Amino acid sequence: MKGSLLSMATATVSPRYQVLPGPEGLLPPSACAMGVELPQDGEGLVEGVIVSEDKAFKAAARALLTRRNPTLFPGPLVVWGWNKHTEEKASMVLEIAAEIPGVKIIPMPDYRPIYPKIDPEAVINPCHPNLTIWHNKIEACIFVGVHCHFANVTLKMVRAGTNCYTIALCAEAGHEDAMASVPRCGTEKLHKMVEALRQVKKEGLTPWALTADGKRELAAEREQKKKQREAIAASAPQFAHELVAGLDENEE
Amino acid sequence: MSLETLRIAPGFESYMPKEYVDLVERGPYGRDVKVSELGTFKEVLEEHPMCAGCAMTLFIRVALIGLPCPEHTVILGTAGCGRLALSQASIPFIYGNYGDTNGVASGLKRGLEIRFPNQTKDVVVMAGDGGLSDIGFSCVMHSWFRKEKFTTVMLDNEVYGNTGGQESGMTNKGMVLKMAPFGKKFEKMDMIGLAKTAGVAYIARLAPTNPTRIANVIRKAVLIAREVGPTYVQAYTSCNIEYAIPTPKVMDDARAVEKDRYGFMEIISDEAKAYLERIEQEKKSKAKAVAGT
Repeated sequence: MKGSLLSMATATVSPRYQVLPGPEGLLPPSACAMGVELPQDGEGLVEGVIVSEDKAFKAAARALLTRRNPTLFPGPLVVWGWNKHTEEKASMVLEIAAEIPGVKIIPMPDYRPIYPKIDPEAVINPCHPNLTIWHNKIEACIFVGVHCHFANVTLKMVRAGTNCYTIALCAEAGHEDAMASVPRCGTEKLHKMVEALRQVKKEGLTPWALTADGKRELAAEREQKKKQREAIAASAPQFAHELVAGLDENEE
Repeated sequence: MSLETLRIAPGFESYMPKEYVDLVERGPYGRDVKVSELGTFKEVLEEHPMCAGCAMTLFIRVALIGLPCPEHTVILGTAGCGRLALSQASIPFIYGNYGDTNGVASGLKRGLEIRFPNQTKDVVVMAGDGGLSDIGFSCVMHSWFRKEKFTTVMLDNEVYGNTGGQESGMTNKGMVLKMAPFGKKFEKMDMIGLAKTAGVAYIARLAPTNPTRIANVIRKAVLIAREVGPTYVQAYTSCNIEYAIPTPKVMDDARAVEKDRYGFMEIISDEAKAYLERIEQEKKSKAKAVAGT
Protein backbone atom coordinates (compact mmCIF):
# COMPACT_ATOMS: atom_id res chain seq x y z
CA MET A 1 0.00 0.00 0.00
CA LYS A 2 2.74 2.38 1.04
CA GLY A 3 4.69 1.53 -2.08
CA SER A 4 1.80 2.19 -4.41
CA LEU A 5 1.08 5.58 -2.83
CA LEU A 6 4.73 6.49 -3.24
CA SER A 7 4.70 5.55 -6.90
CA MET A 8 1.57 7.67 -7.49
CA ALA A 9 3.30 10.66 -5.89
CA THR A 10 6.33 10.15 -8.12
CA ALA A 11 4.04 10.08 -11.14
CA THR A 12 2.86 13.63 -10.52
CA VAL A 13 6.25 15.08 -9.65
CA SER A 14 7.77 13.58 -12.76
CA PRO A 15 4.75 12.66 -14.81
CA ARG A 16 4.67 9.70 -17.12
CA TYR A 17 1.49 11.16 -18.55
CA GLN A 18 1.19 14.78 -19.62
CA VAL A 19 -2.17 16.50 -19.86
CA LEU A 20 -1.58 18.50 -23.03
CA PRO A 21 -3.90 20.15 -25.57
CA GLY A 22 -5.23 17.53 -27.98
CA PRO A 23 -6.59 16.30 -30.19
CA GLU A 24 -5.69 13.10 -28.41
CA GLY A 25 -8.14 10.96 -30.36
CA LEU A 26 -11.27 9.15 -29.37
CA LEU A 27 -11.51 8.11 -25.69
CA PRO A 28 -8.29 9.40 -24.16
CA PRO A 29 -7.58 7.88 -20.75
CA SER A 30 -8.65 9.96 -17.77
CA ALA A 31 -5.63 11.73 -16.31
CA CYS A 32 -6.57 10.32 -12.92
CA ALA A 33 -6.23 6.77 -14.25
CA MET A 34 -2.78 7.70 -15.55
CA GLY A 35 -1.58 8.66 -12.08
CA VAL A 36 -2.18 12.41 -12.08
CA GLU A 37 -3.20 13.55 -8.61
CA LEU A 38 -5.35 16.46 -7.59
CA PRO A 39 -3.69 19.51 -6.03
CA GLN A 40 -4.27 20.60 -2.46
CA ASP A 41 -5.45 24.03 -1.40
CA GLY A 42 -2.66 26.49 -2.23
CA GLU A 43 -1.47 24.35 -5.13
CA GLY A 44 -2.45 24.09 -8.77
CA LEU A 45 -2.13 21.60 -11.57
CA VAL A 46 -0.38 22.42 -14.85
CA GLU A 47 -0.32 19.78 -17.57
CA GLY A 48 -0.51 17.01 -14.98
CA VAL A 49 2.14 18.37 -12.62
CA ILE A 50 1.36 19.82 -9.19
CA VAL A 51 2.79 23.32 -8.90
CA SER A 52 2.21 26.30 -6.64
CA GLU A 53 -1.08 28.13 -7.04
CA ASP A 54 0.68 31.24 -8.37
CA LYS A 55 2.46 29.22 -11.06
CA ALA A 56 -0.81 27.65 -12.13
CA PHE A 57 -2.51 31.04 -12.40
CA LYS A 58 0.42 32.37 -14.40
CA ALA A 59 0.39 29.41 -16.80
CA ALA A 60 -3.35 29.88 -17.28
CA ALA A 61 -2.89 33.61 -17.87
CA ARG A 62 -0.19 32.98 -20.48
CA ALA A 63 -2.38 30.50 -22.34
CA LEU A 64 -5.35 32.86 -22.32
CA LEU A 65 -3.32 35.79 -23.57
CA THR A 66 -1.30 34.01 -26.24
CA ARG A 67 -3.60 31.44 -27.79
CA ARG A 68 -6.30 32.08 -30.42
CA ASN A 69 -9.83 33.09 -29.45
CA PRO A 70 -9.64 32.91 -25.66
CA THR A 71 -13.07 32.09 -24.27
CA LEU A 72 -14.79 31.87 -20.91
CA PHE A 73 -17.33 29.09 -20.41
CA PRO A 74 -19.27 30.03 -17.28
CA GLY A 75 -21.43 27.18 -16.00
CA PRO A 76 -24.74 27.15 -14.14
CA LEU A 77 -23.12 28.02 -10.83
CA VAL A 78 -22.01 31.33 -12.32
CA VAL A 79 -24.66 32.39 -14.82
CA TRP A 80 -27.66 31.88 -12.53
CA GLY A 81 -28.19 34.10 -9.50
CA TRP A 82 -28.38 31.32 -6.92
CA ASN A 83 -27.29 33.47 -3.98
CA LYS A 84 -25.12 36.43 -3.03
CA HIS A 85 -21.94 34.37 -3.07
CA THR A 86 -22.47 33.10 -6.62
CA GLU A 87 -23.34 36.61 -7.77
CA GLU A 88 -20.02 37.82 -6.37
CA LYS A 89 -18.26 35.03 -8.23
CA ALA A 90 -20.12 35.94 -11.41
CA SER A 91 -18.96 39.52 -11.16
CA MET A 92 -15.37 38.33 -10.60
CA VAL A 93 -15.62 36.12 -13.71
CA LEU A 94 -16.57 39.25 -15.67
CA GLU A 95 -13.49 40.95 -14.22
CA ILE A 96 -11.36 38.11 -15.54
CA ALA A 97 -12.98 38.55 -18.95
CA ALA A 98 -12.24 42.27 -18.89
CA GLU A 99 -8.51 41.51 -18.63
CA ILE A 100 -8.39 39.34 -21.76
CA PRO A 101 -8.51 41.30 -25.02
CA GLY A 102 -10.73 39.71 -27.67
CA VAL A 103 -12.32 37.36 -25.16
CA LYS A 104 -15.60 35.58 -25.84
CA ILE A 105 -18.08 34.56 -23.16
CA ILE A 106 -20.15 31.53 -24.13
CA PRO A 107 -22.28 30.20 -21.27
CA MET A 108 -23.18 26.65 -20.34
CA PRO A 109 -26.52 27.52 -18.69
CA ASP A 110 -27.46 23.92 -17.91
CA TYR A 111 -26.64 20.34 -18.84
CA ARG A 112 -29.69 19.38 -20.88
CA PRO A 113 -28.77 17.62 -24.09
CA ILE A 114 -29.55 20.00 -26.93
CA TYR A 115 -30.68 18.23 -30.09
CA PRO A 116 -31.12 18.32 -33.03
CA LYS A 117 -28.53 21.09 -33.05
CA ILE A 118 -26.97 23.77 -30.92
CA ASP A 119 -26.03 27.31 -31.77
CA PRO A 120 -22.28 27.07 -31.13
CA GLU A 121 -21.90 30.84 -31.04
CA ALA A 122 -24.45 31.16 -28.25
CA VAL A 123 -23.96 28.16 -26.02
CA ILE A 124 -21.69 25.27 -25.08
CA ASN A 125 -23.24 21.94 -24.15
CA PRO A 126 -21.48 19.26 -22.07
CA CYS A 127 -22.80 16.55 -24.37
CA HIS A 128 -20.81 17.92 -27.31
CA PRO A 129 -18.54 20.76 -26.17
CA ASN A 130 -16.22 20.15 -29.11
CA LEU A 131 -18.80 21.65 -31.51
CA THR A 132 -18.59 25.06 -29.85
CA ILE A 133 -14.80 24.91 -29.70
CA TRP A 134 -14.42 23.85 -33.33
CA HIS A 135 -16.90 26.40 -34.64
CA ASN A 136 -15.32 29.34 -32.82
CA LYS A 137 -11.72 28.10 -33.32
CA ILE A 138 -11.11 28.39 -29.59
CA GLU A 139 -7.59 27.50 -28.49
CA ALA A 140 -7.77 28.54 -24.81
CA CYS A 141 -10.71 28.49 -22.46
CA ILE A 142 -11.75 28.66 -18.84
CA PHE A 143 -14.45 26.46 -17.37
CA VAL A 144 -15.82 28.02 -14.22
CA GLY A 145 -18.98 27.21 -12.28
CA VAL A 146 -19.53 23.85 -13.97
CA HIS A 147 -20.50 20.95 -11.69
CA CYS A 148 -17.67 18.43 -11.30
CA HIS A 149 -19.26 15.43 -13.02
CA PHE A 150 -20.08 17.41 -16.16
CA ALA A 151 -16.74 19.24 -16.10
CA ASN A 152 -14.94 15.89 -16.08
CA VAL A 153 -16.85 14.64 -19.12
CA THR A 154 -16.50 17.95 -20.94
CA LEU A 155 -12.77 18.31 -20.31
CA LYS A 156 -12.08 14.82 -21.58
CA MET A 157 -14.13 15.39 -24.72
CA VAL A 158 -12.36 18.67 -25.40
CA ARG A 159 -8.96 17.03 -24.93
CA ALA A 160 -10.03 14.14 -27.17
CA GLY A 161 -11.17 16.18 -30.15
CA THR A 162 -9.72 19.69 -30.07
CA ASN A 163 -6.46 21.58 -29.65
CA CYS A 164 -7.93 23.80 -26.94
CA TYR A 165 -5.93 24.58 -23.78
CA THR A 166 -8.45 24.00 -20.99
CA ILE A 167 -8.37 25.79 -17.65
CA ALA A 168 -10.66 24.67 -14.84
CA LEU A 169 -11.21 27.15 -12.03
CA CYS A 170 -12.94 24.77 -9.69
CA ALA A 171 -14.78 25.48 -6.45
CA GLU A 172 -14.03 21.96 -5.22
CA ALA A 173 -11.01 19.71 -5.72
CA GLY A 174 -9.77 20.77 -9.16
CA HIS A 175 -9.68 18.75 -12.39
CA GLU A 176 -6.89 16.50 -13.58
CA ASP A 177 -8.20 16.50 -17.14
CA ALA A 178 -7.72 20.25 -17.56
CA MET A 179 -4.35 21.55 -18.74
CA ALA A 180 -4.37 24.01 -15.83
CA SER A 181 -6.55 23.80 -12.76
CA VAL A 182 -6.78 25.47 -9.37
CA PRO A 183 -8.97 23.98 -6.62
CA ARG A 184 -11.17 25.75 -4.04
CA CYS A 185 -11.67 28.77 -6.30
CA GLY A 186 -13.77 31.30 -4.42
CA THR A 187 -13.88 35.01 -5.19
CA GLU A 188 -10.47 35.53 -3.59
CA LYS A 189 -8.75 33.05 -5.90
CA LEU A 190 -10.65 34.32 -8.93
CA HIS A 191 -9.23 37.71 -8.07
CA LYS A 192 -5.76 36.13 -8.12
CA MET A 193 -6.51 35.06 -11.69
CA VAL A 194 -7.26 38.69 -12.54
CA GLU A 195 -3.97 39.72 -10.93
CA ALA A 196 -2.05 37.04 -12.84
CA LEU A 197 -3.46 38.30 -16.14
CA ARG A 198 -2.47 41.86 -15.24
CA GLN A 199 1.00 40.70 -14.18
CA VAL A 200 1.66 38.74 -17.37
CA LYS A 201 0.59 41.71 -19.49
CA LYS A 202 2.83 43.99 -17.42
CA GLU A 203 5.75 41.68 -18.15
CA GLY A 204 5.41 42.70 -21.78
CA LEU A 205 3.42 39.87 -23.32
CA THR A 206 1.30 41.04 -26.25
CA PRO A 207 -2.15 39.46 -26.09
CA TRP A 208 -3.18 37.47 -29.19
CA ALA A 209 -6.05 39.85 -29.95
CA LEU A 210 -3.61 42.74 -30.23
CA THR A 211 -1.17 40.98 -32.55
CA ALA A 212 -1.46 41.50 -36.31
CA ASP A 213 -2.83 37.97 -36.77
CA GLY A 214 -5.34 38.38 -33.97
CA LYS A 215 -6.56 41.75 -35.23
CA ARG A 216 -6.99 40.39 -38.74
CA GLU A 217 -8.88 37.32 -37.57
CA LEU A 218 -11.19 39.21 -35.24
CA ALA A 219 -11.92 41.84 -37.89
CA ALA A 220 -12.74 39.12 -40.41
CA GLU A 221 -15.02 37.46 -37.87
CA ARG A 222 -16.84 40.71 -37.16
CA GLU A 223 -17.34 41.26 -40.86
CA GLN A 224 -18.65 37.74 -41.38
CA LYS A 225 -21.12 38.07 -38.48
CA LYS A 226 -22.34 41.40 -39.83
CA LYS A 227 -23.02 39.76 -43.19
CA GLN A 228 -24.83 36.87 -41.48
CA ARG A 229 -27.02 39.26 -39.50
CA GLU A 230 -27.91 41.18 -42.64
CA ALA A 231 -28.71 37.96 -44.51
CA ILE A 232 -30.94 36.77 -41.66
CA ALA A 233 -32.71 40.14 -41.48
CA ALA A 234 -33.30 40.06 -45.23
CA SER A 235 -34.69 36.53 -45.27
CA ALA A 236 -36.68 36.59 -42.01
CA PRO A 237 -40.39 35.87 -42.44
CA GLN A 238 -42.64 38.87 -42.03
CA PHE A 239 -45.61 38.44 -39.71
CA ALA A 240 -48.74 40.46 -40.31
CA HIS A 241 -49.02 41.23 -36.61
CA GLU A 242 -47.58 40.28 -33.27
CA LEU A 243 -48.53 36.81 -32.02
CA VAL A 244 -50.09 37.86 -28.75
CA ALA A 245 -53.60 36.45 -28.90
CA GLY A 246 -52.56 32.80 -28.76
CA LEU A 247 -54.33 29.94 -30.44
CA ASP A 248 -58.05 29.29 -30.59
CA GLU A 249 -59.67 28.07 -27.45
CA ASN A 250 -60.16 24.32 -27.53
CA GLU A 251 -62.17 23.78 -24.41
CA GLU A 252 -63.95 20.51 -23.84
CA MET B 1 -34.48 25.17 -9.70
CA SER B 2 -37.02 27.28 -7.94
CA LEU B 3 -38.38 30.74 -8.62
CA GLU B 4 -35.82 32.33 -6.30
CA THR B 5 -32.93 30.99 -8.34
CA LEU B 6 -34.47 31.24 -11.79
CA ARG B 7 -32.84 34.55 -12.51
CA ILE B 8 -29.72 35.40 -14.41
CA ALA B 9 -26.67 36.56 -12.47
CA PRO B 10 -26.20 40.32 -12.81
CA GLY B 11 -23.89 41.11 -15.71
CA PHE B 12 -24.63 37.90 -17.62
CA GLU B 13 -27.96 38.94 -19.10
CA SER B 14 -26.43 39.87 -22.44
CA TYR B 15 -24.42 36.64 -22.68
CA MET B 16 -27.30 34.25 -22.02
CA PRO B 17 -28.88 32.66 -25.10
CA LYS B 18 -32.28 34.08 -26.02
CA GLU B 19 -33.92 30.77 -25.15
CA TYR B 20 -32.98 31.14 -21.50
CA VAL B 21 -33.83 34.82 -21.27
CA ASP B 22 -37.26 33.97 -22.67
CA LEU B 23 -37.68 31.19 -20.13
CA VAL B 24 -37.01 33.61 -17.29
CA GLU B 25 -39.12 36.43 -18.68
CA ARG B 26 -41.93 34.55 -20.42
CA GLY B 27 -41.76 31.02 -19.04
CA PRO B 28 -44.67 29.23 -17.38
CA TYR B 29 -43.07 29.41 -13.97
CA GLY B 30 -44.99 30.80 -11.01
CA ARG B 31 -48.24 31.24 -12.91
CA ASP B 32 -51.01 29.25 -14.47
CA VAL B 33 -50.76 28.92 -18.23
CA LYS B 34 -53.45 27.43 -20.41
CA VAL B 35 -53.23 25.48 -23.63
CA SER B 36 -55.27 28.26 -25.24
CA GLU B 37 -52.41 30.63 -24.47
CA LEU B 38 -49.91 28.60 -26.52
CA GLY B 39 -47.77 30.97 -28.51
CA THR B 40 -47.87 33.71 -25.89
CA PHE B 41 -45.47 32.13 -23.41
CA LYS B 42 -42.18 30.29 -23.64
CA GLU B 43 -42.80 26.57 -23.38
CA VAL B 44 -40.54 24.31 -21.33
CA LEU B 45 -40.16 22.01 -24.33
CA GLU B 46 -39.82 23.23 -27.88
CA GLU B 47 -37.02 21.66 -29.92
CA HIS B 48 -36.66 17.90 -29.69
CA PRO B 49 -35.08 15.06 -31.62
CA MET B 50 -38.22 12.89 -31.95
CA CYS B 51 -39.49 11.55 -35.28
CA ALA B 52 -41.58 13.83 -37.47
CA GLY B 53 -45.26 13.42 -36.68
CA CYS B 54 -44.67 11.70 -33.35
CA ALA B 55 -47.87 11.78 -31.30
CA MET B 56 -45.88 11.13 -28.14
CA THR B 57 -44.08 14.44 -28.53
CA LEU B 58 -47.36 16.27 -28.96
CA PHE B 59 -48.67 14.64 -25.79
CA ILE B 60 -45.50 15.44 -23.81
CA ARG B 61 -45.46 19.04 -24.97
CA VAL B 62 -49.05 19.62 -23.91
CA ALA B 63 -48.72 17.56 -20.74
CA LEU B 64 -45.86 19.79 -19.59
CA ILE B 65 -48.16 22.80 -19.97
CA GLY B 66 -50.56 21.08 -17.59
CA LEU B 67 -48.04 20.80 -14.75
CA PRO B 68 -49.41 22.97 -11.95
CA CYS B 69 -45.99 24.02 -10.70
CA PRO B 70 -43.23 23.30 -13.24
CA GLU B 71 -40.56 25.12 -11.22
CA HIS B 72 -41.04 22.63 -8.39
CA THR B 73 -41.47 19.48 -10.47
CA VAL B 74 -39.06 16.63 -11.11
CA ILE B 75 -39.72 14.22 -13.97
CA LEU B 76 -38.44 10.68 -14.12
CA GLY B 77 -38.16 8.66 -17.27
CA THR B 78 -36.35 5.66 -18.58
CA ALA B 79 -34.98 4.21 -21.79
CA GLY B 80 -37.38 4.74 -24.68
CA CYS B 81 -38.48 7.49 -27.00
CA GLY B 82 -40.10 9.75 -24.42
CA ARG B 83 -36.91 10.55 -22.58
CA LEU B 84 -35.38 12.06 -25.73
CA ALA B 85 -37.85 14.92 -25.45
CA LEU B 86 -38.23 14.92 -21.67
CA SER B 87 -34.52 15.27 -21.02
CA GLN B 88 -34.52 18.37 -23.17
CA ALA B 89 -37.35 20.12 -21.33
CA SER B 90 -36.38 22.83 -18.87
CA ILE B 91 -37.63 20.78 -15.96
CA PRO B 92 -35.27 18.62 -13.89
CA PHE B 93 -35.22 15.14 -15.39
CA ILE B 94 -33.91 11.91 -13.89
CA TYR B 95 -33.11 9.04 -16.21
CA GLY B 96 -33.98 5.96 -14.21
CA ASN B 97 -32.60 2.54 -14.99
CA TYR B 98 -34.98 0.47 -17.05
CA GLY B 99 -37.58 -0.83 -14.64
CA ASP B 100 -36.88 1.17 -11.53
CA THR B 101 -38.55 4.52 -12.32
CA ASN B 102 -41.33 4.12 -9.75
CA GLY B 103 -38.88 2.86 -7.13
CA VAL B 104 -36.64 5.88 -7.72
CA ALA B 105 -39.66 8.18 -7.73
CA SER B 106 -40.80 6.77 -4.36
CA GLY B 107 -37.45 7.52 -2.76
CA LEU B 108 -37.19 10.88 -4.46
CA LYS B 109 -40.62 12.03 -3.34
CA ARG B 110 -39.94 11.01 0.25
CA GLY B 111 -36.51 12.61 0.17
CA LEU B 112 -37.87 15.87 -1.23
CA GLU B 113 -40.51 15.98 1.52
CA ILE B 114 -37.76 15.78 4.13
CA ARG B 115 -35.42 18.18 2.36
CA PHE B 116 -38.08 20.78 1.55
CA PRO B 117 -40.68 20.59 4.34
CA ASN B 118 -42.14 23.98 3.43
CA GLN B 119 -42.26 23.54 -0.32
CA THR B 120 -44.33 20.98 -2.16
CA LYS B 121 -42.30 19.24 -4.82
CA ASP B 122 -44.16 17.29 -7.48
CA VAL B 123 -42.72 14.06 -8.84
CA VAL B 124 -43.97 12.73 -12.16
CA VAL B 125 -42.91 9.49 -13.81
CA MET B 126 -43.34 9.67 -17.57
CA ALA B 127 -42.25 6.52 -19.36
CA GLY B 128 -43.33 4.16 -22.07
CA ASP B 129 -45.46 1.05 -21.96
CA GLY B 130 -42.35 -1.14 -21.94
CA GLY B 131 -40.77 0.78 -19.09
CA LEU B 132 -43.89 0.72 -16.93
CA SER B 133 -45.96 -2.33 -17.77
CA ASP B 134 -43.22 -4.81 -18.68
CA ILE B 135 -39.80 -4.11 -17.24
CA GLY B 136 -40.94 -1.67 -14.56
CA PHE B 137 -44.12 -3.54 -13.69
CA SER B 138 -43.06 -4.62 -10.22
CA CYS B 139 -41.93 -1.14 -9.16
CA VAL B 140 -45.09 0.43 -10.59
CA MET B 141 -47.43 -1.95 -8.78
CA HIS B 142 -45.60 -1.70 -5.48
CA SER B 143 -45.50 2.09 -5.58
CA TRP B 144 -49.28 2.01 -6.02
CA PHE B 145 -49.79 -0.51 -3.24
CA ARG B 146 -47.62 1.62 -0.95
CA LYS B 147 -49.74 4.66 -1.91
CA GLU B 148 -46.71 6.69 -2.93
CA LYS B 149 -47.70 10.27 -3.65
CA PHE B 150 -46.61 10.83 -7.21
CA THR B 151 -48.04 10.63 -10.71
CA THR B 152 -47.29 7.88 -13.20
CA VAL B 153 -47.90 8.73 -16.85
CA MET B 154 -47.69 5.92 -19.36
CA LEU B 155 -46.80 6.99 -22.90
CA ASP B 156 -48.49 4.00 -24.47
CA ASN B 157 -47.31 3.56 -28.05
CA GLU B 158 -48.08 -0.15 -27.82
CA VAL B 159 -44.61 -1.19 -28.99
CA TYR B 160 -40.89 -0.95 -28.18
CA GLY B 161 -40.49 1.76 -30.78
CA ASN B 162 -36.99 2.81 -29.84
CA THR B 163 -35.46 -0.63 -30.41
CA GLY B 164 -37.05 -1.67 -33.65
CA GLY B 165 -40.58 -2.84 -32.96
CA GLN B 166 -40.79 -5.59 -30.36
CA GLU B 167 -44.19 -6.30 -28.82
CA SER B 168 -44.87 -5.01 -25.32
CA GLY B 169 -47.46 -6.08 -22.77
CA MET B 170 -49.57 -3.17 -23.98
CA THR B 171 -49.53 -4.25 -27.64
CA ASN B 172 -52.87 -5.48 -28.88
CA LYS B 173 -53.43 -9.21 -29.37
CA GLY B 174 -52.65 -10.36 -32.90
CA MET B 175 -50.59 -7.30 -33.77
CA VAL B 176 -47.79 -8.11 -36.20
CA LEU B 177 -44.68 -6.01 -35.74
CA LYS B 178 -41.20 -6.05 -37.22
CA MET B 179 -39.87 -8.01 -34.27
CA ALA B 180 -43.12 -9.89 -33.60
CA PRO B 181 -43.68 -11.48 -37.02
CA PHE B 182 -46.18 -14.11 -35.83
CA GLY B 183 -48.38 -11.56 -34.12
CA LYS B 184 -48.82 -11.03 -30.41
CA LYS B 185 -50.27 -14.07 -28.71
CA PHE B 186 -51.98 -12.56 -25.64
CA GLU B 187 -54.24 -9.67 -24.76
CA LYS B 188 -53.18 -6.09 -24.04
CA MET B 189 -52.48 -5.73 -20.33
CA ASP B 190 -55.25 -4.10 -18.34
CA MET B 191 -53.18 -1.52 -16.49
CA ILE B 192 -56.29 0.55 -15.77
CA GLY B 193 -57.86 -2.45 -14.02
CA LEU B 194 -54.65 -3.10 -12.10
CA ALA B 195 -54.50 0.54 -11.01
CA LYS B 196 -58.09 0.27 -9.82
CA THR B 197 -57.30 -2.87 -7.85
CA ALA B 198 -54.29 -1.17 -6.29
CA GLY B 199 -56.47 1.71 -5.10
CA VAL B 200 -54.93 4.44 -7.23
CA ALA B 201 -56.68 7.71 -6.35
CA TYR B 202 -57.05 9.05 -9.87
CA ILE B 203 -56.90 7.07 -13.11
CA ALA B 204 -57.31 8.52 -16.58
CA ARG B 205 -57.10 7.09 -20.07
CA LEU B 206 -56.91 9.36 -23.07
CA ALA B 207 -55.67 9.87 -26.61
CA PRO B 208 -53.88 13.07 -27.68
CA THR B 209 -56.86 14.43 -29.60
CA ASN B 210 -57.80 17.25 -27.25
CA PRO B 211 -54.92 19.41 -25.95
CA THR B 212 -56.96 21.11 -23.24
CA ARG B 213 -58.08 17.76 -21.92
CA ILE B 214 -54.49 16.51 -21.75
CA ALA B 215 -53.39 19.54 -19.74
CA ASN B 216 -56.42 19.27 -17.43
CA VAL B 217 -55.88 15.57 -16.79
CA ILE B 218 -52.20 16.07 -15.97
CA ARG B 219 -53.00 18.99 -13.70
CA LYS B 220 -55.60 16.98 -11.80
CA ALA B 221 -53.32 13.95 -11.55
CA VAL B 222 -50.41 15.97 -10.14
CA LEU B 223 -52.59 17.88 -7.67
CA ILE B 224 -54.27 14.72 -6.38
CA ALA B 225 -50.91 12.98 -6.03
CA ARG B 226 -49.72 15.78 -3.77
CA GLU B 227 -52.36 15.20 -1.14
CA VAL B 228 -54.32 12.02 -1.68
CA GLY B 229 -52.21 9.27 -3.21
CA PRO B 230 -50.84 7.74 -6.39
CA THR B 231 -52.33 8.77 -9.73
CA TYR B 232 -52.08 7.11 -13.12
CA VAL B 233 -52.55 8.53 -16.60
CA GLN B 234 -52.45 6.20 -19.59
CA ALA B 235 -52.09 8.02 -22.89
CA TYR B 236 -52.26 6.53 -26.36
CA THR B 237 -49.27 7.99 -28.16
CA SER B 238 -48.92 6.09 -31.41
CA CYS B 239 -45.57 5.18 -32.94
CA ASN B 240 -46.00 6.27 -36.52
CA ILE B 241 -42.74 4.56 -37.50
CA GLU B 242 -43.38 1.06 -36.16
CA TYR B 243 -47.10 1.15 -36.98
CA ALA B 244 -46.38 2.70 -40.41
CA ILE B 245 -48.81 5.58 -39.95
CA PRO B 246 -48.14 8.29 -42.56
CA THR B 247 -47.09 11.48 -40.82
CA PRO B 248 -50.10 13.56 -41.92
CA LYS B 249 -52.44 10.77 -40.74
CA VAL B 250 -51.16 10.54 -37.14
CA MET B 251 -54.01 12.55 -35.66
CA ASP B 252 -56.56 10.70 -37.81
CA ASP B 253 -55.22 7.49 -36.31
CA ALA B 254 -55.45 8.96 -32.79
CA ARG B 255 -59.09 9.92 -33.37
CA ALA B 256 -59.93 6.52 -34.84
CA VAL B 257 -58.25 4.63 -31.99
CA GLU B 258 -59.93 6.90 -29.46
CA LYS B 259 -63.33 6.13 -30.98
CA ASP B 260 -62.64 2.44 -31.26
CA ARG B 261 -60.95 1.41 -28.01
CA TYR B 262 -59.15 4.26 -26.28
CA GLY B 263 -61.99 6.60 -25.30
CA PHE B 264 -61.48 9.18 -22.59
CA MET B 265 -62.06 7.64 -19.17
CA GLU B 266 -61.56 8.99 -15.67
CA ILE B 267 -61.82 7.10 -12.40
CA ILE B 268 -61.55 9.31 -9.35
CA SER B 269 -61.82 8.36 -5.67
CA ASP B 270 -64.24 10.21 -3.40
CA GLU B 271 -61.37 11.60 -1.40
CA ALA B 272 -59.67 12.90 -4.53
CA LYS B 273 -62.92 14.42 -5.77
CA ALA B 274 -63.45 16.22 -2.46
CA TYR B 275 -59.87 17.47 -2.55
CA LEU B 276 -60.24 18.89 -6.07
CA GLU B 277 -63.50 20.61 -5.08
CA ARG B 278 -61.78 22.09 -2.04
CA ILE B 279 -58.89 23.58 -4.00
CA GLU B 280 -61.30 24.88 -6.61
CA GLN B 281 -63.27 26.63 -3.87
CA GLU B 282 -60.09 28.05 -2.38
CA LYS B 283 -59.03 29.33 -5.78
CA LYS B 284 -62.39 31.01 -6.32
CA SER B 285 -62.42 32.71 -2.92
CA LYS B 286 -58.85 33.85 -3.44
CA ALA B 287 -59.78 35.36 -6.81
CA LYS B 288 -62.79 37.05 -5.19
CA ALA B 289 -60.61 38.49 -2.44
CA VAL B 290 -58.13 39.84 -5.02
CA ALA B 291 -60.98 41.36 -7.04
CA GLY B 292 -62.38 42.95 -3.88
CA THR B 293 -59.16 44.71 -2.87
